[in-house]
Amino acid sequence: MLLNNKLLKYVLYDLLRSKVMLAYGLLLMALTLSVSALSGDRAQIAISLLNLVLLLVPLISLIFSTMYSYQLRDFLDLLLAQPVSRRGVFLGQYLGVSSSLALAFLAGCGGPLLVGGLTEPLIWILIVGVMLSFIFTGFGFLAVNWQTDKIRGMATSLFIWFYTALLFDALILFGLVALQDYPLEKPALILSFLNPVDLARILVLIKLDISALMGYTGALYRQLFGSGWGQLLACAVLLVWAIGPVLLALKLFEKRDC
Amino acid sequence: MSTPFPPPLLEVKAVSKTFGRFQALKAVSFQAAPGQVIAIMGPNGSGKSTLLKSLVGLVLPEQGQILFQNQDIRGKSGYRHHLGYMPQIARYPENLTVSELLALVQDLRGLNDNLDRELHLSLGLEEMEEKKLGSLSGGMRQRVNAALAFLFKPELIILDEPTASLDPLSAELLKEKIHAEKAAGKLLLISSHIVTEVEELADRLIFMLEGQICFDDRLDVLREATGQTRLGAALAEWVKKHALKQ
Repeated sequence: MLLNNKLLKYVLYDLLRSKVMLAYGLLLMALTLSVSALSGDRAQIAISLLNLVLLLVPLISLIFSTMYSYQLRDFLDLLLAQPVSRRGVFLGQYLGVSSSLALAFLAGCGGPLLVGGLTEPLIWILIVGVMLSFIFTGFGFLAVNWQTDKIRGMATSLFIWFYTALLFDALILFGLVALQDYPLEKPALILSFLNPVDLARILVLIKLDISALMGYTGALYRQLFGSGWGQLLACAVLLVWAIGPVLLALKLFEKRDC
Repeated sequence: MSTPFPPPLLEVKAVSKTFGRFQALKAVSFQAAPGQVIAIMGPNGSGKSTLLKSLVGLVLPEQGQILFQNQDIRGKSGYRHHLGYMPQIARYPENLTVSELLALVQDLRGLNDNLDRELHLSLGLEEMEEKKLGSLSGGMRQRVNAALAFLFKPELIILDEPTASLDPLSAELLKEKIHAEKAAGKLLLISSHIVTEVEELADRLIFMLEGQICFDDRLDVLREATGQTRLGAALAEWVKKHALKQ
């Protein structure tokens, strides 16, 4: 763990000075300021910002972590020629990349929100944004260690984004319409655990009054996620989404040739 | 093959490796004692880099054993305290400075003193310590790589095409260092395509063809066996006579 922390420090040194990370932070800042300028209503700001965060954070985290890992593949040779375990090198790099993305998100999105005044839904947007940074960096590392070919790895990452951000909802909607004669509220609730983006969306929406518009399913969501235990459960599932792909990627990394 | 001086520092026993349907190494075996420079030559795709990467632990062979100081290296990282490695390509995190990179490797090794800074100084790394790695040319990055391979006074030094992207002066300094390390009793393994460089540096040649070792002996043995004085001609003769029969 000590060795791994040593590498983490240098990955952070590198990435926090990177122009890409600065551009990401500035883009988020510009978007947050624009959304805030469009409306004085904090709830409306939260809804607009939530949609942006749920699309952008997973996409940028996936693309950046995939590109970074492929670009520094030769540097990996040098690191692994040192007396350190593969696990240490992997965790150092993963934690470095995910923390940098999370910090850039917090600075870009959190900075303007802090100045404008934080509400509970806005705080939850910041929490889920950080969690999504860690989750989708993990997916990026999984894609890289699964596919040795750069093009295939990037395609896998983009598919993960397309699936979690768009396709999953479309499939659920299709299923709900096709089986509308059956009571699907509870299955819909369970299905939401299968997509970290959906789970993140529900965690924020439940803090806004509009969850009442979501019908019986919305009431069920509110019943579960509105309670402290429900939120804890949702965060625990998001944590599983953050750890699962990373462990899988680590297993692949420990067995693959560099 | 002549027996190396006992005891061997490195033993490779029937190591095989496949990538998909391509067999990169076919039961490769050899031993190497300290105080030698061993050149590894062969055409592209003959398995040179795969062999060197297997010794470093970057490539994981499916069969066979690699022993360093009589210990199997599989799944272990401790032996790399005694290993210096210069990869063929030098690519680093762009926003780190040269001194930060050196500090990183020192931190990972847990060593801050008793360092060999000779090559570091002679290659002029001191003057570029505050430069960002992203601003260095390929040759300059390779100089950093070379200095790092020798910095921790390793017993085994593996250099993968070390002079390929170095300027002539830096290549000369590196060759001097290789001679000095050999004299100091270190074991050096060098992969190279440059015949004159091998003649100048190595006292033993391992020639690989299609994942197998087809020659492993002293250079003068190869010259005597083929009746050729030039190494390039001797190699071509040897491959024609022996390897192509296989």
